[in-house]
Amino acid sequence: MAKIVGGVGTSHVPAIGAAVDHGKTEEPYWQPLFVGYEKAREWVATAKPDVVILVYNDHATAFSLEVIPTFALGVGESFVPADEGHGPRKVPVVKGHPELAWHLAEKLILDEFDLTLVNEMTVDHGLTVPLSIVCGRPNEWPFPVIPLCVNVIQYPPPTGRRCYKLGRAIRDAVASFDEDLRVVVLGTGGMSHQLQGERAGLINEDFDRSFLDKLSSAPDALAAIPHVEYLREAGSEGIELVMWLIMRGALADDVREVHRHYHVPASNTAAGLIVLENA
Amino acid sequence: MHEYDDIPGTYVFDGRRSREGYQLNMFCMSLIKEENRRRFATDQAGYLDKFPMSAGQRRAVLDRNWLEMLRLGGNIYYLYKLANFDGHSMQFLGAAMSGVTEGEFREMMTEGGRRVEGGRTAS
Repeated sequence: MAKIVGGVGTSHVPAIGAAVDHGKTEEPYWQPLFVGYEKAREWVATAKPDVVILVYNDHATAFSLEVIPTFALGVGESFVPADEGHGPRKVPVVKGHPELAWHLAEKLILDEFDLTLVNEMTVDHGLTVPLSIVCGRPNEWPFPVIPLCVNVIQYPPPTGRRCYKLGRAIRDAVASFDEDLRVVVLGTGGMSHQLQGERAGLINEDFDRSFLDKLSSAPDALAAIPHVEYLREAGSEGIELVMWLIMRGALADDVREVHRHYHVPASNTAAGLIVLENA
Repeated sequence: MHEYDDIPGTYVFDGRRSREGYQLNMFCMSLIKEENRRRFATDQAGYLDKFPMSAGQRRAVLDRNWLEMLRLGGNIYYLYKLANFDGHSMQFLGAAMSGVTEGEFREMMTEGGRRVEGGRTAS
């Protein structure tokens, strides 16, 4: 049967992708961030996932205000990197895993999660930057990806509790898949940041570090954080952190923290990284 | 009345703002396409005619009054597409909305960002 072996939480700041694309990762601004990514890359390479479920948000690229799905699961064969205004990011096409994705779709809907199913969508930096973070610059991504695109732009996003429960349901759904696949889950976005308004530039290191600590030891406490607390403490855009709870919910109750890294700034954001293994 | 109304300098993109800003945001969305950017570059006011937004929103767009655009329902990810059209970065926007130069904003970020102390509530 398929099993989830671990998960990675990571920011998906577009500037991180640009640093990779333009060979800037050794520059003084970026080096302290990228040095922390090496252990995550090693872990993913060693874990050799057969498929990665990647939780992220679109940034008004594939989805605009015309249609706003709360949870959009990519069941297609492949997903093309999006043109976010100046040509698509020059990274490989993302191959999907329709067989597992459709199994997840059926199980999750019957488990009473109301999913939007997507056969075709472009994938923007929210998805491709985490792939660069954990894979570097390969000619092809080393594994197929099932995109799980979450609405965090139109307030309100799904609650932390709902995200955590969806993660649990994903865990069950994966465990019921016949083939012996090794699965890794990525939860992306955050960490604290605010891009808008007079409070632009907000960073809350205490909040972020506490979030990283509790991700392994007290995820129920994180799942109980109300939206207004994210908005107030982690910035209006820091609410993206609810997506990490989907990843955490999909892991075992007991996890081992293998690695973490935290660095400010990555553009206007606190960049966080955590690798968790099922204990 | 919302429980987040007291958070200073923060324009939560809730249903009310989304309704108000729909045409403003969809105008910004249109700039993803190069042909639209070319047409907007040729005649900004004329291009805006295609999007029935309020006079205040039109004025804010043409004046590039970013805070006013936020107040009138603009969402940052959509407004960023307009800033990007102008050749600006997200840091430029952050600076413009918080009343400092881009250089000052970048320096604030490298020094750990804007602290939350004093900025949690306006009450």
